[in-house]
Order: sequence, then structure tokens, then C-alpha cells
Amino acid sequence: MTLHSHTSSTWFGRLRVNMEDLTPGAAICLCFLIIVFFIGIFAPWIAPYDEAQILTNDSFMPPSAEMWLGSDYLGRDVLSRLIYGIRITLFLALTISFISFLSGVGLGFLAAAFGGRIDNWMSRLNDALLSFPSLMLALIVINSLGSSFMVLIFTIAFIDMTRVYRVARALAVNIMVMDYVEAAVVRGENKWWIICHEILPNTVIPLAAEFGIRFTYTILFIAALSFLGLGVQPPQSDLGVMVKENMQSLLYGEYTTLYPAIMIAMIAISMNIFVDWLLLQSGTKLPEEV
Amino acid sequence: MVSSQLLKVRHLDVSVYDRKGHETKIVDDVSFDVQPGKVIALIGESGSGKTTISLGCMGYTRPGCHLTRGTVELDGVNVLDLSLPDLQKLRGRDITYVAQSAAASFNSAIKIDAQVTEIPIITGSMTSKDAQKKAIQLYKSLELPDPEHIGKRYPHQVSGGQLQRLMAAMAMISDPRLLILDEPTTALDVTTQIEVLYSFKKLIKDNNTAAIYVTHDLSLVAQIADHILVLRDGKIVEYGNTEQIISDPKHDYTKALMAAAHIMPDHIQAPMIKPAEAPPIIEVKSVTAAYASSADINVLEDINLSINPGETVGIIGESGSGKTTLGRLISGLMNAKSGEVLLNGQPLSPSVQQRNLNELQQIQFVFQMADVALNPRQRINKILGRPMMFYRGLTTSEANKEVERLLERVELQTEFAWRFPAELSGGQRQRVNLARALAAEPKLIICDEITSALDTVVSQQILDLLESLQNEFGLSYMFITHDIATVAKIAERIAVMRLGRIVSQGMISDVLTPPCHEYTQLLLNSIPEMRTDWLDEAVVERRELIKAMEA
Repeated sequence: MTLHSHTSSTWFGRLRVNMEDLTPGAAICLCFLIIVFFIGIFAPWIAPYDEAQILTNDSFMPPSAEMWLGSDYLGRDVLSRLIYGIRITLFLALTISFISFLSGVGLGFLAAAFGGRIDNWMSRLNDALLSFPSLMLALIVINSLGSSFMVLIFTIAFIDMTRVYRVARALAVNIMVMDYVEAAVVRGENKWWIICHEILPNTVIPLAAEFGIRFTYTILFIAALSFLGLGVQPPQSDLGVMVKENMQSLLYGEYTTLYPAIMIAMIAISMNIFVDWLLLQSGTKLPEEV
Repeated sequence: MVSSQLLKVRHLDVSVYDRKGHETKIVDDVSFDVQPGKVIALIGESGSGKTTISLGCMGYTRPGCHLTRGTVELDGVNVLDLSLPDLQKLRGRDITYVAQSAAASFNSAIKIDAQVTEIPIITGSMTSKDAQKKAIQLYKSLELPDPEHIGKRYPHQVSGGQLQRLMAAMAMISDPRLLILDEPTTALDVTTQIEVLYSFKKLIKDNNTAAIYVTHDLSLVAQIADHILVLRDGKIVEYGNTEQIISDPKHDYTKALMAAAHIMPDHIQAPMIKPAEAPPIIEVKSVTAAYASSADINVLEDINLSINPGETVGIIGESGSGKTTLGRLISGLMNAKSGEVLLNGQPLSPSVQQRNLNELQQIQFVFQMADVALNPRQRINKILGRPMMFYRGLTTSEANKEVERLLERVELQTEFAWRFPAELSGGQRQRVNLARALAAEPKLIICDEITSALDTVVSQQILDLLESLQNEFGLSYMFITHDIATVAKIAERIAVMRLGRIVSQGMISDVLTPPCHEYTQLLLNSIPEMRTDWLDEAVVERRELIKAMEA
């Protein structure tokens, strides 16, 4: 539904109208996400210390004026490591989401546009891939290839792609039956034009929302892999590695391990609330997912 | 003492508020009365507030609307003051509602009887056995086939017209004092429509129920209503009894509605005899088609049809007669099992992919529903510009100029080029839909029910536009419709289709002048005439015709 027909003639005008529609909850989440991304991008300038530098011999020091969140199990600054951890986590999650979206949406749209036997084969193959438990698949692949950034990115992106494919195909199939697509077919347009000009513009918002959700899942997935020791390798660390490294702190009555855990939770929750708002605004629904 | 007026509506206002709190009145100071056994018709275009008023009589507004002023008294009780539990008792028992689409209102997973008898059983006013008996009695009076057993079926096992009558049974089962009918026949075929209308009329008279009948079609209202309330933009334009309004409308708007009503023109114009020197644009030669090549049931059976340059050929028939399929087959969206289609005497490839640009350009298809035929995420400029660039190789800036010219030609403002389809009204969108076909500079335009989703006045404007475009560009039209009255206004030749076959075709004056084919006669007989005693005669005649056809 286009509610704001008169003010929304320009791109900027529409943005302004949408901004006015932000609910307080969604606004807070959006602000938080912007801040987190800002921290991630400018981590080297923001972090007070180097992430790998051992500053003290005391493990799990409580927060102090020098080290705002105390020290970790090796005596490194937790705040600095948290800031670098955000950077790595976001970098990985974004890269993976982009790759999985490019491939998943592309293949999903192709399957929907061609339909028939091609669609059938592609979708059954995809179902077969979906039937593997994703964490198990990732563990096997990464274990056999050895953990590096490249392996990590492409393994998770491939697993995510199967999910994105399903959503993209389901969205596109609904568009393919509309009269305006038929009108383009009668005109003699080719599949490529139909995908780019008829399907894509009508699926951008639900796909953006799906991107948000996929992004959160990816963050959680990387964290889980890192926690199991197969994700990011030392000396670099993402948030999941930090949770694992500092688990001991709880035994000493310190909260060191909770900071990265809370950060993961807050990013995931903010993203979800923002995406829900986005879907509500556009009046669209994501198709039922596996 | 019982007052003679059952329902009194006084100074009813309904408003919507936008996000800044500005009020817009969508119903403005409406007052009327309904007596028991009488029918009042609310008539107007879409957006005139007729459904809003009828819902207001039940104390209900759609989300976002607010009843801001006025009273609705049902037998002395102000409905608008009642609490929600009291209202719920009232609805379904004293006031009932028949919605436009019965198919959407029935739950397809529950048997009809259970749904019809639900309300009296849950309110405890009848036992399940009594309700059942009452239901069968209603089925009988609604003249449904096999009244004893029809309720044992599921909704998808009866026809659309039967379902609409079953919906009336559902509404009548608790003996309501007020029945609200919201466009109850709009979604039905013309030949079914009169049966349903007749059932409603009988039911209302027999039970001495008061009724509000909401519609946009004045000719229907003439058959059933005692009083007519003409609405426009939420205001009363004219209010009077039916005889007076149809014989002597006072207001210009009522006159416009009269002029646009779905009635047969007095004279069917004898078409100009055109010299047949040019070969027909399209010739369909003994075409048979099915949905799957192996299927036994053919949706088209041995179709022969030709369309000459500058000519309008009407294809009429009920839903399921194969008329749209024929249009799709010519435009290449469907393959034929046997037979061929010739374009300018040359055989045409069956599917779109195999046709060349020139062939594609000459045949354009206009879809029925403009709101789904126009991509909601493309601006009008792109929708219209694309065919120009695609077929005629114009550059973007040339296309922009052409779009402006085209918009002017279909009587739209040039600034619409930068709008999205959702920012236009239904009639404007249909013009854009038509303009998209024109943008290709075709020889033949296939119009699939392009006026049936529009209000009568707007649809008349579209027909006028089609005619003037034909005179200017020498276009041919294949005009697919279920509405014989519309086709009589525009076509020179027609083909009547039934169950995938053409039962009768030729010059319109020949096909539609008696004696004609029984099925054509049935269609003709189903068009309401602007007089109050037409319905009873038509139903009798219809039954004789059906008997003759079956024999």
C-alpha cells in the first residue's frame, strides 16, 4: 500500500516519511544497529588498546578506570577485544549474507521464472541439501578442509544459500502468476527482463527483511562454530570465541564472558525487531520457511 | 405499539482520520427509513459509502472508520448505543448480512448445513433438529435443487449461484427483522443472477423482512427495491420510490447512472457494411484446445472465427465458456491441439516465444483487472514506455514524450506518468491498461472483460474511449465479455460461446434479433430491463428456455 502518495515523490521524501513512521522500539533498535556498525568499521580508531596486547598479569580483573570492562583470561583488555570482535563478526556475517543472497536469490528467481522441470529439479536438489542438519554439515566440511576465513565464509554461505533459495523462489512464484508478468510474457520479453523488472522490484522489501533475519542467523551460527573451536582462530577473535575463552570467569565471580554474549543477543534482537517493523510497514509477509 | 418504521437512520456520519488526525467524512448526514417487507436500495459508485452505511446499520464500522454522529434505531432501540455483547446478540439474529462473495464467506472445510444452522444453534434459539428442518424449508423456498440433501455437501460441491442462495438461507434462518444484501449478485453470471434475485425477492416478501440492498447497478435495483437512495461521495443525491426514480430522475447524477445502466440499447445498430477487400487480420480455423495435450476434455472445440480490420467482434458467454481461453490462444499464451491461427493470411506460431516482434506487436492483450495487470512497483511512465521501446525501438527520451501524448489521448493528465498504479483510481488504471496496448501501435486489441470490474458510469466512459480510438487508428477489437448489453453497444459482429463451442455467430443485428439460438435467447432474457415488473416475466421465460434447451 502506498499511503504517502503526495510527499513521497522523491527518494528522500519517502525516506523522511518512513522515518516519521518509526515506532520507538524500532527506532532504538535502528540506532543501536547503526552504532554497532560504526564501532565495527572504525574499530582500530575506537579501541583503547590493541586486541592482542597483554596488559596485565592478572586474569579476570574487574572493570577499572584503565580497563572499562576489566581484563580477560590472558590479561588483555576486554573492551578492546569486544570492539574488534564486533568488527570481525559483522564482517563475516555481512560477507556471508551477501554471497548467500546473490546465489540464493539468483537461483530461486531462475527456478521460478523457468518453472516446470527445471524448477522441479532445482528445488528437489535444494530440499536434499536442506535435509542435512546445518551445524553438522558445517562441522564436517570445516573439519576436513581446516578452518580459515575463506572456508568459513563459503561453507556458511552455501548452507545459507539453500534457505535463501527457498524464500526467493516462493516469493517469485507468487509474482509469476500475476497478470502483469503475463502481460510481459505476451509482449515477448525474455526471462532476464522479467526477473529484473517485474519480479525483483516486487520482492525487494521481503528480501531485505529476509536479509536481516539471515544476517542474525549467520551471526549466531558463526558464534556457535567459534564456540566449538572451528570458527575464527586465535589471535583474532569474534564474539563467539570470546564467550568460549572467558567461560572460566564465571567461576571467579566475574562477568567477562557475558559481555560478548550480551552483545550477540542485542544485535540479534535489534535486527529482528527492526525487520518486523519493516515487514509491517510494507504490509508484506515472508513465505513460510522450513 | 409497533411503529411502522422498522429501521430509522438519522443524520449518520462516518469519518476516517489520517495520521495527523484530520477528519474526512466518508458518509455525510444520511437519513432513511425501512419498513417491514420493504426493500431500500443504496446505489452509487464504488467509494460512495454504500457498504459503509449498510455496515453502520449493524453498528459496525471497518477498521479505521468511526461513527461520529447520528442514530440508527431498530424498533426504537439505538443500535449505536448498544454494548458489544448486546450487538453480538443483535447481529445474526435481528440483523443479518449477505456478503458479495459467498465463495469467500463459506468455510470450505465444513458442510453447508453446519454453517447455515450455526447461528441459531450457538445462540440457543433453536435446537439443532429444528434448525435443520428450518434450513430445508428455506432451501425449498429458495428453489435450490434437491433441498433435502444439498446441505450435506461441501461448499465447493455446489455452483456459485447456489452458494449465494445458501448464504441467503444462512441469513434468513433466524428470522431476522432486517436483511442487508451487499452486492449479492455482482459476482454471478448474468443468467444465474436473475434466479438468485428472484429468490431474494420472494424470500423478503414471504417473511415480511425489511431489507437493505447495496449495488451499483440501477437496472437490478428496479426489480427488487421499493425505495432507492442514490449516493455519491457519502452524500444523498436523490431519495425516492423506485417508480419515480427510474421514470423521472431529478438529479443529473441519477440520470448519468440511468444512461450507463446495463440495459439493452433500444435499437441494435445495423453495422456499416465494410468492403471486404482486405483480408481478415485474424482467422481462427477449426481450433480445438485442451489444458493438457493428453486431456480428454477440450476447453475449445472446433472454433472458427475471423476478425476484419477496423472491426469489433464481441465474444460473449458465461464463465467457463472458453471465451478467455480463445483470447489467450490467439495471443499465444496457450497452444492449440489442432487447427491454426492466421495473422494477415500467414500462419502464426502457437507460442509467444516462436513469434517474431512484428507478429507480437500486431496483437495486444488487455487484461480484465487493471490492478493486477499493472506492476505496482513500476511508474506509469515505465509501464507505457516499455512497449514503445521494445517494439518501436524508441529511445528513453522519445518514449517519455510519447507517453505524455498517449496519456493525453486516453484522457489522463500528463503528470500521471510519474505516479505508481496504486495512486490512480480504478477507471484511470483501466485507461492506463488500455494505453499500454495502444503503446505498441497494434492492429488488434484483445479486450478481456475490461469493463466488468468497473462502475457503470466509468465503464461507459471506457467504451466511448474504445470507440473513438477505433475511429482514429482503425483498430480491430476482440471484445470478450459476459455482458450482452455492453457488447451490443460496441460490437459489429458477435460470437456466442457455450461450453467451448461457438453456438451462434454473425452480424450483431442478426444474432440478437429473434428468432435466435436458445442460448442466445437465454442470455438476452437475462438482461434486466428498466421496469419494475420485468423480473417475474423473465423468470418464467427463462425456465421455459432452459426446458427447451435440455430437451
